[in-house]
Amino acid sequence: MTTPIPNSGDRVTFENVSKFYGDVLGVNRVNLSLPPGVTSLVGPNGSGKTTLMNLMTGLIRPTEGRIGILGLSPDEPEELFRRVGYCTQFDSFPKGVTGYSFVFNMLKLHGIDNREAHRLTWEALERVGLTEAAERKVAGYSKGMRQRIRLAQAISHHPSVLVLDEPLNGLDPMARAESLELFQGLGKQGLHVIVSSHILHEVDKVSDQVVLMSSGYVVAEGQIHSVRTEVKEHPMQILVRCSDPNLLASRVFAQDHVVEAKLSDDGKGVLVRTRDADRFYLLLNQLVVNDNLNLETVAPTDDDVNSVYQYLIGSENKTI
Amino acid sequence: MKALSQFRITQFRKSMSEQPWELWTRQIGTIIRMDLRKNFFSRRGVWIYLLAFAPVALTGLHAAFMLTGHAHDSMEADTAVLAGIFQFFYLRLAIFFGCLGIFTWLFRGEIIERSLHYYFLAPVRREVLLLGKFLGGLLTASSLFAAGFFLTFFLIYWPHGPAGQFFVFHGPGLGQLGAYLGVTVLACIGYGAVFLALSLLLRNPIIPAVIVLGWETFSPVLPSLVQRASVTYYLKQLCPVPIPADGFLALFTVVSEPVSTVAAVLGPIVLAAVVLFFATRIARKLEISYVAE
Repeated sequence: MTTPIPNSGDRVTFENVSKFYGDVLGVNRVNLSLPPGVTSLVGPNGSGKTTLMNLMTGLIRPTEGRIGILGLSPDEPEELFRRVGYCTQFDSFPKGVTGYSFVFNMLKLHGIDNREAHRLTWEALERVGLTEAAERKVAGYSKGMRQRIRLAQAISHHPSVLVLDEPLNGLDPMARAESLELFQGLGKQGLHVIVSSHILHEVDKVSDQVVLMSSGYVVAEGQIHSVRTEVKEHPMQILVRCSDPNLLASRVFAQDHVVEAKLSDDGKGVLVRTRDADRFYLLLNQLVVNDNLNLETVAPTDDDVNSVYQYLIGSENKTI
Repeated sequence: MKALSQFRITQFRKSMSEQPWELWTRQIGTIIRMDLRKNFFSRRGVWIYLLAFAPVALTGLHAAFMLTGHAHDSMEADTAVLAGIFQFFYLRLAIFFGCLGIFTWLFRGEIIERSLHYYFLAPVRREVLLLGKFLGGLLTASSLFAAGFFLTFFLIYWPHGPAGQFFVFHGPGLGQLGAYLGVTVLACIGYGAVFLALSLLLRNPIIPAVIVLGWETFSPVLPSLVQRASVTYYLKQLCPVPIPADGFLALFTVVSEPVSTVAAVLGPIVLAAVVLFFATRIARKLEISYVAE
């Protein structure tokens, strides 16, 4: 049973979208409505992440269903690509281009005049840290530089929707951190930044919402905390560091929703596994008020993309 | 009824004036510029240069013999030789295969080099992209073959000295050159459109080449109405110097039911427009699937 999604003007929407390559399934019955911010597409190889991105940008067409990008159809390239930038996974470039000419020529395709295209090109090159290599041939770039020049091309025209397929591949740790900071900054500015990545712990830091995919299906979507809460079969793990861990441990043991409570290695905290986080937090409040328990930290330890991924998909696909 | 058609014409004009012609022109200009660089300076296009300039080497040799007194051909004989070079070499071989190489590579090359998606991710209508690429290919092919033929023409008449100069500048020479160059451009338009469309339909250019070559060669034996779907049907009659029709060669040179000059000029252009219209339909549905290549 699918619910129709309104084609909202500020959202990226998929309405019952399926894509088949002959008999092979790409994605099946995808319904999504992505708000602005950073959205991570997470899933193993072949789960349909790239297919979803290619559908979004009209590089391929759905076998069934409708897609809306800020109210525009991928069949309207003239309007769509003024507002969308896509950094694909294809590590290839037009022959003989330099970093500068690659970005400049693609901007010229927008119909932008030379002076403005020149300004936007340098601005984009600066944002990805490639100004010094701008006049060198892209064919001589390292993998990380090629990744960055594609990113520069995708952001050069200031799109409202930025689609990034594995944008961290090939980047060194410093460049990764800078790219993530850039994505997060763009997300905070109200852009749609849709990222697919294998590096879950890094993506987790910047994502406002996640879409978990497996075998062409969307397994879960939403803010990571909400998704985690929905995974009932795996009790939530919460680490509480407080003034009296033994007291806390003894109290939580008596609760029927608590599956496990164990003292941390340094003896200053309790790791609690509970089926009902809300009731646990209520209990914690009571302990603070009634038993003068001083809390240092309360931190969910499996409320991240990686854990949710492992719970929902990891059992069938050990690696991503 | 008249009011209705007047209304439709007004609507059509209004709709046309609302189109972003300036943007499309700029985009087409960019696509042509990008493609010209690739077409002219790619190593894989060397054989097209050889095709275009092969007669230059031969006529250069001939000119050297003439100038050193080792050959004494008459201008009439050389004019007939030039007509033969154009009709048999340029029209049926060099321009045909040159256009095959250039136009089938416009999209197919981008697919093989995995760079077509950059065009598809730009705010460019597929129709504009196709037209830009076609014009880029047309400029490349026309300038290569026109330059090749121009040099051949020069080397044919230069050794004749003042008589040759008189023939070119005060006789029919310049008119013939203009006609040959015009036919060259029309041939590139016709073959270019056909090969571009076929490259969007089929992956292997050899198959379309064989089909079109067969069609262009044997269409003269078909009814004249059917012949009109052939590029050479129109171009043969635009060639300024007829080649004597002897035996088997008559198949390639004789036009059974000639059309007017205007129709002969418009024929390849209309043919190309129709073919390009269908090509835009294919281009609109084109998906990026490099894995299959």
